[in-house]
Amino acid sequence: MIQLTTNPIDTQAVLEAVRSPAAGAVVLFLGTVREMTAGRQTESLDYEYYGEMAHAQLARLETEARQRWDLVECLVVHRTGHLPVGETSVAIAASAAHRRAAFDAASWLIDRIKQVVPIWKRENYADGTHEWSHPGG
Amino acid sequence: MNVRVRLFAAVREAAGCESVEVDVREDATIGEVRRRLAERLPAVAELIRRAMFTVGTQYAADDQEVAPNADVACIPPVSGG
Repeated sequence: MIQLTTNPIDTQAVLEAVRSPAAGAVVLFLGTVREMTAGRQTESLDYEYYGEMAHAQLARLETEARQRWDLVECLVVHRTGHLPVGETSVAIAASAAHRRAAFDAASWLIDRIKQVVPIWKRENYADGTHEWSHPGG
Repeated sequence: MNVRVRLFAAVREAAGCESVEVDVREDATIGEVRRRLAERLPAVAELIRRAMFTVGTQYAADDQEVAPNADVACIPPVSGG
């Protein structure tokens, strides 16, 4: 399952959603808003996204993860809008019978999200300037 | 024909609007839309060269032809997560 939300992510709820008697392993990855990037102090981030496309891409990634690994459950939640330092921007929970599948699926999902899902962050710096993040330039 | 292109993040901010129309020939490809958009928005031409494009909810290669009423978007390098 996937969700895009402007509300704070309830990380405990995300974790509980994938627990199952069939699972011997549960992995929860959280992406959080970091204060320092390349020596600059960030106060907050603003996440913009392309609605239909972001939903479609996240759903495709979840489907592919379930095909690649033998998962019991999988949940991806990405927050959008305005996030102060320390807030959770993304939560990925995966459960599986054995730990390797859960670890690998969660790791693969966050890597792919950062490559293909149309979501962008704007760094709002403590010095009052801001900058969109477009990696690879 | 005119093709409307949705814009996001730094490209949207440089354009000052959520979408622009670019004028391309009838059987134009995504590659041509990309070139026209880069000409239209020189301040972010480098980002547009590195961007992906979508038609509907699928990524589209530069050699894909574009229908006049296609739902095209310019997706500059993403930074979610």
